[in-house]
Amino acid sequence: MYSRGYKTLVSLPPLFWVGLFLLLPYALMLAHSFWAVRDGVLVRQWNLDNYVTLFSKPVYVGVLLRTMRIATSVTLCSLLLGYPLAYYLSFHAGARKELLYQLVIVPLWVSYLVRGYAWKTILGSKGVLNGFLQYLHLTQEPVAFLLYSPFAVVLMLTHIYTPFVVLPIYATLEHIPRPLVEASEDLGAGSAQTFLRVILPLSIPGLLAGATFAFVLSLGDFLAPLLVGGASGTMIANVVQSLFGAAYDWPLGAAISVGILMITISLLFLSERLEKRWSFK
Amino acid sequence: MRGRASTRRAPLLTVYAALVFVFIYLPVVVLILYSFNRDGVGGFPPRHLTLDWYRQLFADAQIWDAVVNSLIVAAGSVALSLILGLLAALSLDLATFPGKALFRRLVLLPLILPGIITGLSLLMFAVFAGAQLSLLTVFLGHGTALISVATTELFAGLQKLDRAQEEASLDLGATPWQTFWRVTLPNLKLSLFAAGLLIFTLSMDEIAITFFLIGRDNTLPLEIWGRLRRGITPEINAVSTLIFAVSVALIVIWYRVRTRGLGTEAQELLERP
Repeated sequence: MYSRGYKTLVSLPPLFWVGLFLLLPYALMLAHSFWAVRDGVLVRQWNLDNYVTLFSKPVYVGVLLRTMRIATSVTLCSLLLGYPLAYYLSFHAGARKELLYQLVIVPLWVSYLVRGYAWKTILGSKGVLNGFLQYLHLTQEPVAFLLYSPFAVVLMLTHIYTPFVVLPIYATLEHIPRPLVEASEDLGAGSAQTFLRVILPLSIPGLLAGATFAFVLSLGDFLAPLLVGGASGTMIANVVQSLFGAAYDWPLGAAISVGILMITISLLFLSERLEKRWSFK
Repeated sequence: MRGRASTRRAPLLTVYAALVFVFIYLPVVVLILYSFNRDGVGGFPPRHLTLDWYRQLFADAQIWDAVVNSLIVAAGSVALSLILGLLAALSLDLATFPGKALFRRLVLLPLILPGIITGLSLLMFAVFAGAQLSLLTVFLGHGTALISVATTELFAGLQKLDRAQEEASLDLGATPWQTFWRVTLPNLKLSLFAAGLLIFTLSMDEIAITFFLIGRDNTLPLEIWGRLRRGITPEINAVSTLIFAVSVALIVIWYRVRTRGLGTEAQELLERP
């Protein structure tokens, strides 16, 4: 119904902008990863050294493995908290459903910094939790290992990404035709059996989507380690950040970023494929 | 037939769900509580409630400078991302061109990528283009990254519209330009308002991208970040409490406006982040 001229006119500005301010910067990052720094100066000489360094230096491999472990823990914890909550909202919340659903949406969009900072005040050696434990005489001395540890990073990121996990799971649960569930029960399956053989398989696309969000966003997080992670909670994005800062090696930093980007994109791709295969039509 | 699945009781599950809500909300409640605590950020129980930290906060010129900077950046980002997001949504809705799928993915990428990737890419671009880091680079970064949010929100808004009105307008001889201003845009008013609110909130709170694009003038989250490195005081609790309150209010309004007149099924589809 619209003329071609109109469609072109509408499409050109965003195409131009996205090309200039997104595609070009991402391409520039890719290019940097094949360049080098000599005597503190960026040299635009194409080479693979950064990638060789990345895979041969145990430091980087070690941090990457730790990052994967943290991201996996965050994903599992968020699922463990998020799935039952989504299930409750969809099947048992009754009249409170709408309100409770809003209570999940709101923190999803509300300040990352504020929620991260809250954990810092809770976990510190002079923090709220230690004060609480001493008040109850459960401990005499402050427990120091709470803050500045991988544990604190997992806790903070789980707190941040649990709502992200709830939403897609809730959406798939809401799409399960209720007669299916009722049929299963009428035919004599117990509620556990109905859950395991009807509801859980049908909710796998949402579960995958939620898990992918939690994993990918944790994988590239650098603020949680800075806030509550300490030296033992350093993650791969912190290495990138220091290479772009004090350590001044942009090409190596870019190579690691490209690595993060590749992992992210392949996971998104994989989860999209799997979601399609499992989706109920 | 037994009772409908959604009304059956499950006491254990209910308790578990309640505990998850406690986990989600308790940290912020604690944060708010200690913003009134005279004796500082930690310890238990909070004693000697006071408003001193808020007084200190309101007298803190540096914080308010940062607030003004954040407001400027957020207002600019809302305008930029709404204009480009609206055009992108119309384009994805109407036009067909080679590479359209790629374009759609690219626009949405900042939403799913860790902020550090987008932030650093834009930093390299700024250096490459010879631009000084300043609030301008922060604004361009936010505005560009948030086109993703504007596009998803407005594309969803377009799908809700009765498109027959546009067809009628065109059939009756209005130009596409007139149709855009007199039919499409007025019909999208609520969607634009809601998307604007969300983008404003996200820009005010943004830290991962800002971190790499900031010049001499701080935005509010970066000002707070800088202070955290020097040690924490209940004044930070106080400003965090205000940020939280304002963000929650804006997000609730956004949610209410957006879901008005929508069936639950359409809602769920929209809310996948």
